[in-house]
Amino acid sequence: MGENLLSVKNLTTSFKIDGEYYPAVDDVSLDIKPNEVVALVGESGSGKSATAFSLMKLHRAARIEGEVLFEGKDLMKVKETKMNRIRGGELAMIFQDPMTALNPLMKIKHQIMETLKIHKTKDRDEREAYAIDLLGRVGIPRPERVGNAFPHELSGGMRQRVVIAIAIANRPKLLIADEPTTALDVTIQAQILDLIRELQDDLNSGVLLITHDLGVVAEMADRVAVMYAGQIVEIAPVKELFKDPKHPYTCSLLNSLPNEELQGSKLHVIEGVVPPLNKMERDSCRFAPRIPWIDESEHEHNPELREISPGHFVRCTCYKNFYLKSDTGSNIAVEAQQMAEADEVTE
Amino acid sequence: MSNLLEIKDLKVHYPIRGGFFNTVKDHVKAVDGVSLNIPEGTTYGLVGESGSGKTTTGKAVIGLNHITEGEILFNGKTISGNGKSVKNSKEIQMIFQDPYSSLNVRKRVFDIVAEPIKNYHKRTKDELIAEVLGLLQKVGLPPGSLYKYPHEFSGGQRQRIGVARAIALNPKLIIADEPVSALDVSVQAQVLNFMQDIQEEMNLTMLFIAHDLGVVRHMCQHIGIMYQGRLVEEGTAEEIFNNPQHLYTKRLIAAIPDTDVDKIDENLNIRQSVKEQYNEHFHEYLDEDGRALPLVDITSTHKAALPAKG
Repeated sequence: MGENLLSVKNLTTSFKIDGEYYPAVDDVSLDIKPNEVVALVGESGSGKSATAFSLMKLHRAARIEGEVLFEGKDLMKVKETKMNRIRGGELAMIFQDPMTALNPLMKIKHQIMETLKIHKTKDRDEREAYAIDLLGRVGIPRPERVGNAFPHELSGGMRQRVVIAIAIANRPKLLIADEPTTALDVTIQAQILDLIRELQDDLNSGVLLITHDLGVVAEMADRVAVMYAGQIVEIAPVKELFKDPKHPYTCSLLNSLPNEELQGSKLHVIEGVVPPLNKMERDSCRFAPRIPWIDESEHEHNPELREISPGHFVRCTCYKNFYLKSDTGSNIAVEAQQMAEADEVTE
Repeated sequence: MSNLLEIKDLKVHYPIRGGFFNTVKDHVKAVDGVSLNIPEGTTYGLVGESGSGKTTTGKAVIGLNHITEGEILFNGKTISGNGKSVKNSKEIQMIFQDPYSSLNVRKRVFDIVAEPIKNYHKRTKDELIAEVLGLLQKVGLPPGSLYKYPHEFSGGQRQRIGVARAIALNPKLIIADEPVSALDVSVQAQVLNFMQDIQEEMNLTMLFIAHDLGVVRHMCQHIGIMYQGRLVEEGTAEEIFNNPQHLYTKRLIAAIPDTDVDKIDENLNIRQSVKEQYNEHFHEYLDEDGRALPLVDITSTHKAALPAKG
């Protein structure tokens, strides 16, 4: 076990709504080691992208508290000019939407050369050659031609590769990938994931992978953090999380996926929605309103993240007697299994 | 069970113009000879990468695209003439991909859902309100949503508004173009469940267009895989998933990330070997123009575009 590459301590990011600050990221602590892929999972509105943007200090209007130690230095105390050198250099981000992340008025190669200018060399020819080389490395056929193209001439998959090429241009030590494959077809998704894996091996970097696709998580991650309403509700090594999920939210998410056994029958549905920032009950279990069939006494006041087995943390006590409710007859088998599992836990 | 929809050798070509006189230089063959049948009350999944022509096929059936060649039969009657598009019909309706852009932001839910009814029937205002309320109830939206605007709803709720609009005229066939690909998994589950309910209740037939094979497997009895404007394989859901014949189908199935953490390495190996096979042999599955070969029967329901043996 090496040193932590990134160590986030009590990160809280608040946004102003009607004159008052409400935390969208609430006391998040997380470590990433070199060559480790940590996945951050959750529904839209759970605060996963807000976490990533806070790490990069890309939120201007927000109030950010806590510590973000990147190789030992606290990014929150770094001046903006210095931050500009770190961002895109040692710390890089792959953005979600390749359609909007690229400048429509710049040639592809110039967009890549731009980050090289700040971080690498001023020599134009050298940069151009390096940019073309990068395009080849992310699997773009005929890189010279694509380098001279504009973003609108490329397909979604190609654009995403360009975004990745820009992110890895300066051999980052930490790569933050915000939904890198959400907009892509499965075959291209598989290629992009291979690419990220290859680069990670090659550069020995850490990766923070943000996604809501649990299949991608299972394939890529070493550890998984599940976020709900701004808090991490469960962290575990990937195998443990998928085989033995504890928090009701994790269980519900895993059960809402279509799979072979459920073919043609009803999927599990999580009732309700993520509460809006300014209307959230902050001192009780935030998932409680969405599992109303679980008795109130199962939840704790001000739930904490506790280690229940080495490396496996769960928030709140409500997981102990949790079972999934089925509203139709077809999920009875699943429910029975869940109840049996719940029994095991209590024993 | 009779076929509600039959597509026979459908072709949709777009001209590419260029040169000094803006003459037709070539054609983009978006759909190039697709035939498929959908029995009444079932769901047919059309799968393929972006650009494979699946949406174009769906749009041709509902009349949003012209038809270059081929025939479309609905309920046994031809609804297409060569070179024309299918006429609007209240019996065929569409659910669109993006619930954020397929609803007019300036209209209230009432106006959106009532619009198709107004086009076909004479109704008084009160009758319309009653009818729309009934539809909202069917799709699980509260009556209070009647005079709200689309931005006041979440993604899943908007997709319900889209469905309410699609079923307003009691259609027989629904074309669902990627209805859940813009939604979170938990919301996706909600929408899929409720689409199944509606289908059962109204005895709807569905053409379900998607690129997510997991979702297609869950929803559809029959599946067609498209590549470059042609079907490369067609069969029941079990046949496609348990016994894929075409290399392209195999590759698509191998590319699905699996949540079974014990099989990750195994899956990656399978994916790698399928990819190698694909790179080496895929050209054998194509004709000189880089298009899929004609379909060959494997069983009575299973067809694939395989090269001739030997």
